[in-house]
Amino acid sequence: MTLATADTHPRGLAATLAHARYVISDNPVTGIAFGMFLVLVVCALLGPFIVPYDPLASDTAAALQAPSAAHWFGTDNLGRDIFSRVIVATRLDMAIAVFSVALVFAAGGIAGIASGFFGGWTDRIIGRISDTIMAFPLFVLAMGIVAALGNTVTNIVIATAIINFPLYVRVARSEAAIRRQAGFVQAARLTGNSEWRILLTTILPNIMPIMMVQMSLTMGYAILNAAGLSFIGLGVRPPTPEWGIMVAEGAAYIVSGEWWIALFPGLALMFAVFCFNLLGDGLRDIVDPQRRT
Amino acid sequence: MLKLIGSRLATAVPSLIGVVIVTFMLTRVLPGDTAAYFAGPAATAESIAEIRTKLGLDKPLPAQFVDYVSALAKGDLGSSLSTGQPVAAEISARLPASAELTLAGLILALAIAVPFGIMAAVKQGSWVDHACRLITTAGVSLPVFFTGLLLVYVFYFKLGWAPAPLGRLDVFFSAPETVTGFYLIDSLIARDFETFRAALAQLAVPAITLAIFALAPIARMTRASMLSVLSSEFVRTARAAGLTDTTVIITYAFRNAMLPVVTTLGMVFSFLLGANVLVEKVFAWPGIGSYAVEALITSDYAPVQGFVLAMAILYVVLNLLIDIAYGIIDPRARSEA
Amino acid sequence: MHGVVDVKDHAAKSSETPSGPLLEVRDLTVEFATRRGTVTAVSEVNLTLAKGETLGIVGESGSGKSVTSYTVMRILDRAGRIAEGSITFSGMDVAHAPESAMRDLRGREMSMIFQNPRAALNPIRTVGAQIGDVLLQHVQADARTVKEKVIDILKQVRIARPEDRYHAYPFELSGGMCQRIVIALALACRPQLMIADEPTTGLDVTTQKAVMDLVTELTRERGMSTILITHDLGLAAAYCDTVMVMEKGKVVETAPAERIFRDPQHPYTRKLMRATPRPGITLRDLLPEEPAGSPAQNPPPQARTSAQAAGAPATKVLLQVENLVKEYPRQGAPSAFLSGLLGKKAPPEERIFRAVDDISFAVLKGESVGLVGESGCGKSTTSTMVMRLIDPTAGRISFAGEDISAVPAKDFAHHPMRRRIQMVFQDPTESLNPRYTAERAIADPLLRMGGMSGGAKLRARVAELAEMVGLPQNLLERFPHQLSGGQKARVGIARAIALDPDLVILDEPTAALDVSVQAVVLNLLEELKQRLGMSYLFVSHDLHVVGLLCDRVIVMRQGRIVEEGRSQQVLDAPRDAYTRELIAAIPHPPV
Repeated sequence: MTLATADTHPRGLAATLAHARYVISDNPVTGIAFGMFLVLVVCALLGPFIVPYDPLASDTAAALQAPSAAHWFGTDNLGRDIFSRVIVATRLDMAIAVFSVALVFAAGGIAGIASGFFGGWTDRIIGRISDTIMAFPLFVLAMGIVAALGNTVTNIVIATAIINFPLYVRVARSEAAIRRQAGFVQAARLTGNSEWRILLTTILPNIMPIMMVQMSLTMGYAILNAAGLSFIGLGVRPPTPEWGIMVAEGAAYIVSGEWWIALFPGLALMFAVFCFNLLGDGLRDIVDPQRRT
Repeated sequence: MLKLIGSRLATAVPSLIGVVIVTFMLTRVLPGDTAAYFAGPAATAESIAEIRTKLGLDKPLPAQFVDYVSALAKGDLGSSLSTGQPVAAEISARLPASAELTLAGLILALAIAVPFGIMAAVKQGSWVDHACRLITTAGVSLPVFFTGLLLVYVFYFKLGWAPAPLGRLDVFFSAPETVTGFYLIDSLIARDFETFRAALAQLAVPAITLAIFALAPIARMTRASMLSVLSSEFVRTARAAGLTDTTVIITYAFRNAMLPVVTTLGMVFSFLLGANVLVEKVFAWPGIGSYAVEALITSDYAPVQGFVLAMAILYVVLNLLIDIAYGIIDPRARSEA
Repeated sequence: MHGVVDVKDHAAKSSETPSGPLLEVRDLTVEFATRRGTVTAVSEVNLTLAKGETLGIVGESGSGKSVTSYTVMRILDRAGRIAEGSITFSGMDVAHAPESAMRDLRGREMSMIFQNPRAALNPIRTVGAQIGDVLLQHVQADARTVKEKVIDILKQVRIARPEDRYHAYPFELSGGMCQRIVIALALACRPQLMIADEPTTGLDVTTQKAVMDLVTELTRERGMSTILITHDLGLAAAYCDTVMVMEKGKVVETAPAERIFRDPQHPYTRKLMRATPRPGITLRDLLPEEPAGSPAQNPPPQARTSAQAAGAPATKVLLQVENLVKEYPRQGAPSAFLSGLLGKKAPPEERIFRAVDDISFAVLKGESVGLVGESGCGKSTTSTMVMRLIDPTAGRISFAGEDISAVPAKDFAHHPMRRRIQMVFQDPTESLNPRYTAERAIADPLLRMGGMSGGAKLRARVAELAEMVGLPQNLLERFPHQLSGGQKARVGIARAIALDPDLVILDEPTAALDVSVQAVVLNLLEELKQRLGMSYLFVSHDLHVVGLLCDRVIVMRQGRIVEEGRSQQVLDAPRDAYTRELIAAIPHPPV
């Protein structure tokens, strides 16, 4: 048996921060992702206050200008400043993603854990619901839902949450199912914990790390999905600045060479999605207690 | 084998039932006046009432469901408000265009992603591996409509290699005689190589767009599963028995590594069928996706519902094929059947 | 038909080998590149293996025994490299040979069988084809003769119905049968050296004996040399000519098998030897000669367990199990729904599997009873039912005079009896919540059922429990992954005894531990029993271990009890044929 050294381990927030620092120094890509994330957060919070132009103000005299010192990203067909519109759009795109992910995390996560932990009828009913959703190509289902519920931003959020539901159920279910008969869960039963209590105090905290990773990865997917829907004219309506709709507005001008109208909002989309994908991989390292030494 | 197909068919049935119920719910059960919704935004009160009677919306829900299912059984998906054409006919006429594009994209993606993923795994840590990781992470971050536009800009506007992104065939060509509905195949059957070239030119850029989109998840899964198989104990046994690298990689590792990849194809199809809608819009491709998008813009909902249902049925069938393919590769899945 | 022609004859066949050792390893040092720099896994290992000799490499986890053998075959993974030393295999320099030469050697001249036979076989290729691949690779057969040759080899490893099994997939075969296939793979080309890496870990003792006897017979017949890598000194003693003991990457002792047990030189060898359970000893004998004098070892347990000491007077019955039955639907059987739909019903024996088939036994107060059997015999199902984690199909479980089987398992968490029946789990790692510190894990039952709600009293009780199980106080705030296997086992034991239970079920509590740790844990359990007056129901596959700790033994097979009696009597004079077979199959060092 290895003899214990008498060192003390820092606990709580300090330990998490220390670990985060360790992971970032170990894997600079995660550090970059955190930096990108901060940029997104700043743009979403302060966007309207820091941009040089009113994102909705058109100036036909300055229409279709290529990027310049005055208009960093150029102007669109109505002479609106694309840089300002791209920055201001961050808030809406992020909000759609955050709300839909929060919604699906609450619904799908809990349904999945209950499904995996209790099994039986709970599992069958929840499984059937998610199978039915999975029977559709997801983007197509989102189109159908928004078309049926009505063409609003709220419905985009709901549709995005619904199509992500099976993914969350599946991850939470399998994680809960492998722990259902694990020794430490059995041990919790022996110490007099009821099944619901075990689910909330033993299973849930152990599954959280994986769910966090899942949330980060689906943030990216949610942004792509919402942008795709607005690209085909669902949800957000002009002149509201939103990345997907801005790319759609620029699409017509690509064939005549005005590339900047579609390029910059498209790059912003990529930036956000890339950030969340990188972050998801990085988070996996941070929250995984096996790697915390 | 027949037993396997039978059992897989049996599992597809509940999915189909679910699909039909959901599409019914999307039209009838949701809040809002379904008749007004089918009549479109410009309808008057009388025309809404007329539509309500015509569609049987004054009947109780279960009766409506029976009507809906029996209409479906006859292949009746209703009619488009703007063109007056039956939706089913329109969709079946446009389906080959979408299928040709999707399949071309998928085959291209598989042809690139699978060897790429395998090379990355076999030569772990090499430049191929780093490239693979970069491309897969970047690839899943690319909005497909944006990739399409970039490619149009580069290949059409800048380089002039590709024709204008306007449909399946240049206006100066006439479509080949319909056999399969796929222009590439039909033009070859008709031995019309000029048309073949023209169709290929139109198809190339949208297919590449879809392929870039589908490439990332396939390559990522191939690499990951190949890596895990290569470090598995049976590969170690095979190496310890002195089998050559080629035998180990192809006979032992590859087939096992393909199992999760085949499973992932289901997800890839789900993404592809969605991405298809966006790509069709970018390239004015006359498939069912752009049909649905046009209908959405004019608030013409019967085609949208028909489209959702058609896509879902197509997807269920594709998943069925994937399951059967899986059973062919994996003897364990066969014995469970 | 075809004379076997070796195109690339790097290593001469045995007939041409000049006399001298088959394998010679000199000053071998192997390093691994890890995230935290270079780690030396094996250092300055020397070994010599003569033709036809069987060498056992014995060591606990992390001793470098597997790395040594992988290096000989040159199948180390990417991160490992030979830093120093030489390996000579029948005159060939293995350390510096080109990969193509090594590939030719592997499988034909030297081969290997692994732990976990099922994982060692390609799951989606028929076993016949896998053996055929090796024959074809080494030009031992051609496309026409390969099937015939494979079937011949299957016959040699005693596979019944080899023609049918040729087409079988690994998942269709039992674990023991899979191991025979792996052996067949290794012996297909009649190599000169076979390395067996823990070949029987995870197999039942009777299967282990069958597999080891087969290996011995086949290698002897062919005049092959064998290296057997194992953690089990008993196994090495029973099957090897020479034994080499390794500790932390170094060889501590090499000696002929019979001498190493009679006269072990190195202190580590002595410790390992003593810790190996064998007939005719007591628990105390498992520990090193001079106890470290830790307070946890005080007072030392008596030579024999208390109840056995003087035909202990029959005291109160604590646990009474009567006609207990547990049935499961058979795997792969059509569901009730489906067969109902088809209107036909299979006979019950096809639909239902009886995991536990009408068993009755009792556990007295202060007594330890061992429940022994091979995998699938129903011992764990029985203990889980007694634990009230699953519901029996039929029968009655009374605890302290009360029928506890009447309460459904899902409601038992709130039953007053819950705190009186506790359990120590098989895998110490898996049984601790990864997000709880050791302290929190031990406190859990106290918080839930002990009427404590934190504060100094709880802290004091946890500290007291840690003291009792010999867990240093400074480890209490660690998470499970920061503790060693033995420390985790102690946490699990402290948690189980926190509420002063009357009955503790020990579910193979030492199966995942090294023998030296097992020795300490077994002694700790015995000492705690003496001190706290608990009863144990000890579930195990190992009759020797059970015999050391338990007053009485119950032997189970296929869901039934085949023999029951005092440990001594069952071990020394088993009445049932199966028990005799079980005892004979356990390898042990000479007494």
